Amino acid sequence: MNTVYAIVVLGVLGALFGLVLAVASKVFEVKKDPREEAVLSHLAGANCGGCGYPGCAGCAAAIVAGNAPVNACAPAGAENAAAIAAIMGLEAPSGERQVAFVRCNGGTNAKKRFDYVGVKDCMAATKVAAGPLDCSFGCLGFGTCVSACQFGAMSIGPNGAAVVDPDKCTACMACANACPRHLIVSVPASKKVHVACANQDKGKAAMSVCASSCIGCGLCQKECKKDAIHVVNGVAVIDYDKCVGCKLCTKVCPRDAILPAATAEEKEKYKAIKKAQAEKAAAAKKAAEEAAAKAAEPAGTAQ
Amino acid sequence: MEQITNLLAITLGAILANNFIFSQFLGICPFLGVSKKVDTAVGMGVAVTFVMGLASAITWLVNTFILIPLDLGYMQTVAFILVIASLVQFIEMFLQKSMPTLYTALGVYLPLITTNCAVLGVALLNIQNSYNFIESVVYGITGGLGFLLAIVLFASIRERLVFADYPKNWDGFPIALVTAGLMALAFMGFSGLKIW
Repeated sequence: MNTVYAIVVLGVLGALFGLVLAVASKVFEVKKDPREEAVLSHLAGANCGGCGYPGCAGCAAAIVAGNAPVNACAPAGAENAAAIAAIMGLEAPSGERQVAFVRCNGGTNAKKRFDYVGVKDCMAATKVAAGPLDCSFGCLGFGTCVSACQFGAMSIGPNGAAVVDPDKCTACMACANACPRHLIVSVPASKKVHVACANQDKGKAAMSVCASSCIGCGLCQKECKKDAIHVVNGVAVIDYDKCVGCKLCTKVCPRDAILPAATAEEKEKYKAIKKAQAEKAAAAKKAAEEAAAKAAEPAGTAQ
Repeated sequence: MEQITNLLAITLGAILANNFIFSQFLGICPFLGVSKKVDTAVGMGVAVTFVMGLASAITWLVNTFILIPLDLGYMQTVAFILVIASLVQFIEMFLQKSMPTLYTALGVYLPLITTNCAVLGVALLNIQNSYNFIESVVYGITGGLGFLLAIVLFASIRERLVFADYPKNWDGFPIALVTAGLMALAFMGFSGLKIW
């Protein structure tokens, strides 16, 4: 009999508390913005912190509150940004997918001032006499950006400088924030030609510290048919709105600082083509001059 | 007068001589887990005090008016766990609605208290010591204050431990447990306390 009492009493108690909690959840209901949850479902959900808010929920709250742009979550991509914009009643932001790019291809080509044997961390290495590289702009290659990347898109390339795998990159830019040399920038994913050097020194100064540095010679600027590459502060910079990816600049760069670097063969070929073109142009000019002279002659006799 | 003396004795006992953490070893989990910073330790201590006071009152009522008349004293533990779990849930909802600032201040610690054995401990000890209603509530609140005192002292010591020069393999929990042990020894000094 006692057992039955126990079951009944606890059952009733449990049901009673359950009822009270159910009523309380209605009475004390706090109205949460339903958009917050809808926005959250369109975020990447990696809690990477790339947006600068604590986790995806924090980012969703900030977007709903209007403190963050609808495309604050870079890893979610343009589709989700458009969906969030629809939830928020805003226009979808235009612009294509961005990826990170490391503006240095020095690595083993860069001259070392000393052998750094401390903690394998770029930040720590820069603290020792401003880093082991002669170049004060170059990638140190200790991989602080690699460990900052949550998506496995960063690695130290074969020549010792960091490289980004554009297929895995979500442009969260956590690597850019981790890099003590501020070498990592976001570039449009469809563009394939990039200047892989950030050295602002000119001519000899840049040449002496690294075998693949941009010396600011301006050959690429002269060669570009689209006015898309300019030497700014001693280093070539591509205007991605204008660049069509013809790679002419890579073929004239004497330092192989523009990626993808052209091979010597390609360069020779391009030189030959240019020479032929120049000869042709000179010949055409000569012919035109002769024709003009001939045309002037009969006019002279008539007089 | 005697009532007041009695309550004073319970108060001093719960805070100092029979401190829940240092002499009864209840609630050690939050004591070690949430004591890295004084701010969070204060939040946890206040939340525990709050819940212990309320839980003492309700479990005493449940025990006296439901379990004892039906001769179900042996079901105390199960019934009290039920009471405490729903109580914490209820308080959480209530605070979220009516006192959002307190709710955000207590934050994650409120739901954590559901599994704090000091709360269940105070409910069972009230019955064991055959306290009446007022004594139970006073014991609950002062027991919570004892927890608050212990966790805040411990957190402030742990903050200073960062600068202490102890062997590296003692880092983290080992040094925290040694500290807690030494504090428990110090609190043993209160066990001779007597109320006239």
